Amino acid sequence: MASFKPTKVQFLPKLGEKVTEETLYWKNYKSPVQIKEFGAITKIDFSPLPPHNYAVTASTRIHIYGPHSQEPIRSFTRFRDTAYGGSFRGDGKLLVAGSEEGLIRLFDISGRVALRQFAGHSKAVHVTSFLSDGFRVVSGSDDLSCRVWDVPSAVELSSLTEHTDYVRALAPSKLNPDLFVTGSYDHTVKVFDMRSGSSVMTMQHGHPVECVLLYPSEALLVSTGGRYVKVWDLLKGGQELVSLKNHHKTVTCACLSSVGNKLLTGSLDRHIKVYNSSYKVVHNFDCDASILSMAIAPDDEALAVGMTNGVLSVRHRRHQKDKETLTSRRRRGPSYQVFVKGKNFVPRQDDFLVSKPVKQYLRKYDKQLKSFEVSKALDTALQTWTRTSKPDVTVAVIIELNRRGTLKNALAGRNEESLTKILNFLLKHIFDPRFSRPLLMVGDIVLDLYQQVFHESPVVERLLQRLMEVLGREAELQQELLQVLGILDTLFASLTPRKEVMAHAAPPVAQESQLQAA
Amino acid sequence: MNEVLSGMNVNLSYPAITTERVNRFVLCTSGDSVKVYSTRTEEWLHSLQGHTNQVTGIALNPANHLQVYSCSADGTVKLWDFIDGILIKTFIIGYPLFAIYVSEKHEGIVFLHIAMDTDSKKEGFQLVAVHLPKSAEQEVEAKELSAVSSHISPNPSCTAFGREGQYIAFARNLQLNVYFFRKQKTYSFSLKATDKKGAKNAFTCIACHPTDDCIATGHEDGKIRLWRNFIHKKEYTYSTQHWHHNAVNTLCFTPEGTNLLSGGIESVLVQWQYGTGNRKEFLPRLGGSILHVSASSDGQLFCTSHSDNKITVIESSFKVCGVIQGLVKGDAVLTDLMIDPRSKALVLNGKPGHLQFYSLLRDKHLYNLDIVQQEYIYEAGLDQFEVVKAAFDIKGYWLATVEERGQKSADLEFFLKLWSYDERTQSFVLNTTITAAHTDRIISMCFSSSEETTMLVTIAEDGQFKAWCQGVDADTKQDQNFWSCDFVGSYHNLKPTNCSFSADSSLLAVSFQEVITIWSPDTWELLTTLCQPPGVIRDLCFGRLSCSKYLISTTTRNLLCCWNLLTCALEWSTSVEVSKLQSDPLSENVAAFSYQSKHTDLFVFKPNEPRPLFTHKNVCSEKIHRAVFVPREEPLNNCDESSQWLNRSQLYFLTQNMDLLTFSTATEEDRMLSSSTRLVIDDSVAVTPFYLLLGKHRQQQQKLNTPSHQAADRPQQPQGSVTITELLHTPAHVLPPASVLCSMFVSSLLISNTGVLQDPLRKEMESSEQEMNSEKEEEDSEGEMEACDSQQELRVQGSVDEVTPKLSKAQERELKRVRKTDFSWMAGLIASKP
Repeated sequence: MASFKPTKVQFLPKLGEKVTEETLYWKNYKSPVQIKEFGAITKIDFSPLPPHNYAVTASTRIHIYGPHSQEPIRSFTRFRDTAYGGSFRGDGKLLVAGSEEGLIRLFDISGRVALRQFAGHSKAVHVTSFLSDGFRVVSGSDDLSCRVWDVPSAVELSSLTEHTDYVRALAPSKLNPDLFVTGSYDHTVKVFDMRSGSSVMTMQHGHPVECVLLYPSEALLVSTGGRYVKVWDLLKGGQELVSLKNHHKTVTCACLSSVGNKLLTGSLDRHIKVYNSSYKVVHNFDCDASILSMAIAPDDEALAVGMTNGVLSVRHRRHQKDKETLTSRRRRGPSYQVFVKGKNFVPRQDDFLVSKPVKQYLRKYDKQLKSFEVSKALDTALQTWTRTSKPDVTVAVIIELNRRGTLKNALAGRNEESLTKILNFLLKHIFDPRFSRPLLMVGDIVLDLYQQVFHESPVVERLLQRLMEVLGREAELQQELLQVLGILDTLFASLTPRKEVMAHAAPPVAQESQLQAA
Repeated sequence: MNEVLSGMNVNLSYPAITTERVNRFVLCTSGDSVKVYSTRTEEWLHSLQGHTNQVTGIALNPANHLQVYSCSADGTVKLWDFIDGILIKTFIIGYPLFAIYVSEKHEGIVFLHIAMDTDSKKEGFQLVAVHLPKSAEQEVEAKELSAVSSHISPNPSCTAFGREGQYIAFARNLQLNVYFFRKQKTYSFSLKATDKKGAKNAFTCIACHPTDDCIATGHEDGKIRLWRNFIHKKEYTYSTQHWHHNAVNTLCFTPEGTNLLSGGIESVLVQWQYGTGNRKEFLPRLGGSILHVSASSDGQLFCTSHSDNKITVIESSFKVCGVIQGLVKGDAVLTDLMIDPRSKALVLNGKPGHLQFYSLLRDKHLYNLDIVQQEYIYEAGLDQFEVVKAAFDIKGYWLATVEERGQKSADLEFFLKLWSYDERTQSFVLNTTITAAHTDRIISMCFSSSEETTMLVTIAEDGQFKAWCQGVDADTKQDQNFWSCDFVGSYHNLKPTNCSFSADSSLLAVSFQEVITIWSPDTWELLTTLCQPPGVIRDLCFGRLSCSKYLISTTTRNLLCCWNLLTCALEWSTSVEVSKLQSDPLSENVAAFSYQSKHTDLFVFKPNEPRPLFTHKNVCSEKIHRAVFVPREEPLNNCDESSQWLNRSQLYFLTQNMDLLTFSTATEEDRMLSSSTRLVIDDSVAVTPFYLLLGKHRQQQQKLNTPSHQAADRPQQPQGSVTITELLHTPAHVLPPASVLCSMFVSSLLISNTGVLQDPLRKEMESSEQEMNSEKEEEDSEGEMEACDSQQELRVQGSVDEVTPKLSKAQERELKRVRKTDFSWMAGLIASKP
């Protein structure tokens, strides 16, 4: 007849965070590799050529790291003062960097000594970059000027002094060698055209601009400054497309992932936010210190973050291959022959087939439930592996026992050891809103059953003491939350215009159940 | 037009398997008839109809295995030929009968349960033996009653015949009595009310071993006791076996006596090996609790009847080989009656935790959909999940269900589940489970009726209504078709009572206590409120088609209001207590069931005019809470004014006694009667689907070929007995010789058999032809007796030898005169002979 229906383990998603494809993608990084530099890391730049080495500018040095090395494969140390803005040329062979003293140096990747030095700025040069033809270098300096230099002859081609404050952000166009964008502490972002020799577009960011970034299509421009990230539409003459305020401290850096053009922004508040194409935050990375610079490798292979405390943290992408090797190592069941033996037999035409009934495989606790061994089933569900890695299975068995009306029987007659197990499980999970309801019931039953004998075991007594403390704290917390909710309600009520009907948006179900649990 | 009780309440109570070569039939009582099912095809073959009250018991005739006795509360015992469904005899006892037992040894005697007093309120029953008179008449009064015992248990399974009918055992409460026929003595053995462990020892059922002196008894605490050596009153022994955790409902020995079958509320059939102590086999999860077990006389098949209106046929190898399922009757129908828009099947609560799909067209149970998906524990008093609400969307693509547990206790658990239809498996597949849809119980829910977007609205006792949409959450891209909450609304924290979408889904009406609120589902804006105190709104429904501007509401204070939504004003109202309001999806009609002064009236009206189209007073005596309009396959063209509202769809409703009733028109009834063709299977051919097709064809052919057959096919008519009375009343001197009549008369009493049927007919024809021939010859010989040669004489003598060996002239004349008299009434006798 109908077969035994196994216990249904309810899938309850963890509250708070929604698991989306984006989060899965961005979570798929290994844990970060930490490299200590000598000072605050102001600039990280990936080489456009494989194997995508990256240049890290920190203090008076520029280090070049290989994709998986923790030691620099090359370093440029001939700076008398702090170096700034080391960035690669489009072919990855030359590197240009500014410095505190105002000199701009040009290095060959394989060399050690600067090939060229461009002198002319009177103050520190914080940003330097090659224009896309590769023969010119553009620089932005604290002397309020932007200058364009010719690489072969090492002469200054032009000097643009339209900004009224430090120039701290620079982005050359990849499509047009004569265009570049600068951002300055005078709250403006300017687009310069070398053919006309002056700015062609000016946008008001409203805060000192820390970073500018061009989309690959170069129709959109991102500027960060203050707590704001603003996206401008250049084709519409510099109209503001969107203004994002997701950080609570100055946004210092931004970069674009090469897969799907996701925008990433890093801030002094130690967070990196990932935005989707409609500029909603889809993921969040946390760092140990304020973030100054950030870069992502082509194909999102690695995410390098530089922080104020001089720590460079590099996250490498986890590949499917690694996972497979891991799982294949773990699953080594019986060999192929055992399973296939006799299964590949093809019956001939006249053979009379006798079909074997399909065997239903049940979990151990289900087998025990099937034969009404309730206490054993609870023991099975409380095994160490199950209760630590799959608490939902344990709770599902508890719920099933309660449904059958045998939870009390299953909990009765236990010794100190198994009671400790149950109490520990309660302590760990009783506040999880997914589990609190059945677990509170378990707690009640345990108290009812064993209140006469608790004092005989100090271990159990201590656990109960702890349980009581935690429960008291949780009750207080819930009460406070309710108070806050009440305050918020009055605030919202006073804000909304008086309407006849009160119709408010859905409070998350999670919250409700949490409150219920309280 | 009249009201017809649907034949769906197949209350299978007392099955018996018959062995006609291959165990082909299961008989069971059902209301006032006995139904015959085929064990192979699980199809209903025919029913034995004739009793005028509840049939209480059936027993196979031990003398003729093709016959069955049935007893009924109308005070008659009837003997049937169950293969052809023919009533053979009726014995009138005169008292309501409650059970019947027969034994091979006591031929011509049936044992019956009758009430001690004529009014059966007094719980006293007695067992009587009735000698069935051997009379040729159809209806016989059996007056020879002899009491075997008085004060017996009202439970029919507490009585059983012992080995070869030597004794009969019956139990009542804590006493087991054995009556020995030879000694004419009753021995009684009693148990204590409770033993030390507090077990309940009352007897619940009895079975006797067919070849051994052993009585098995089932008890209320689940024990089975095997009694032996009870022939000597003092030295009896018993052994106890215990597996059932609740009362044993039924016990049955297999015909050889090797095994004992037992069943109870756990729905596990247990097979105990006789004589080997504790060896047993189980067949678990059969369905509802087992009420009765019986074994076929050759021991090849067992069958169990269950509380959920089901018979399971089980092979002797302990494998289920067939299930005969009627309309599942749970304790109560908690969901509304619904129609699956795809299969047009009626959907309601079925097995616990299931929804059943029942085809009204074919009057057949289609399948059960498992909603709860949990192992059902058969235990009395356990609080289980039950499906309490269900709703289909308009295309039948989505099904929403609510299951609840803990209605009685404080902590209520409930789940809202959404099921999508899977084309491949032709069934519903679980799509979304919502665990905490509301903070309190869901009162009602409905789907929007628009074709493009499906939306579900639920209202709950927490004072909120929520709208659920598919795939609102843009972040979860991989599974776009999950459901999530779209909007939460409330109105002054009042408790909502009902909700309804308009026909085009542009409006949603939610009633909050006395106030109806109208919302726009597109913008979730409150459009208007309607209120007509006093009384809480009970039902809401929008008008359809030309009346779509109206909204009908009923209140608990006997008010039926019709609102015009264009003017937002009350169009009309009337004072009538309405228990159920149901609108026809295909027409403007609205049906209202009104319960007043202990009977229910039905009104059918159109919202645009405040007078009923059709009124039917006193539909039934109970309150009606569930009703549904079932769309017809093709609309009827009924011009009759009073039945026009039934042209598009049919109205079904469920009474509190769980009877499903419907209205049907006169033409339909005719059709119903004419289409009572059944699939009868010939034993010579294997039963395959092809055979069913071909067999039907062949039957038709047969009918065409032999028109005389058709007349014979009809069940025996009362004219048969008229013929016989005429035969008996005709003066003896005008009758043909007794030797001619006798064979005809005797053969008319024989049981019909379609295969053999032609032969006596033909024989009759032949013999009459022969007679004619001989007559002619005789006339010839009369003229030229002298001239005849010896050869002719010899031939004549050879042919007429048996009938008229030697005839004188006077005799011959007399014979001729007899032949000229009108014997046309004999034709009726011949025809009715089957």
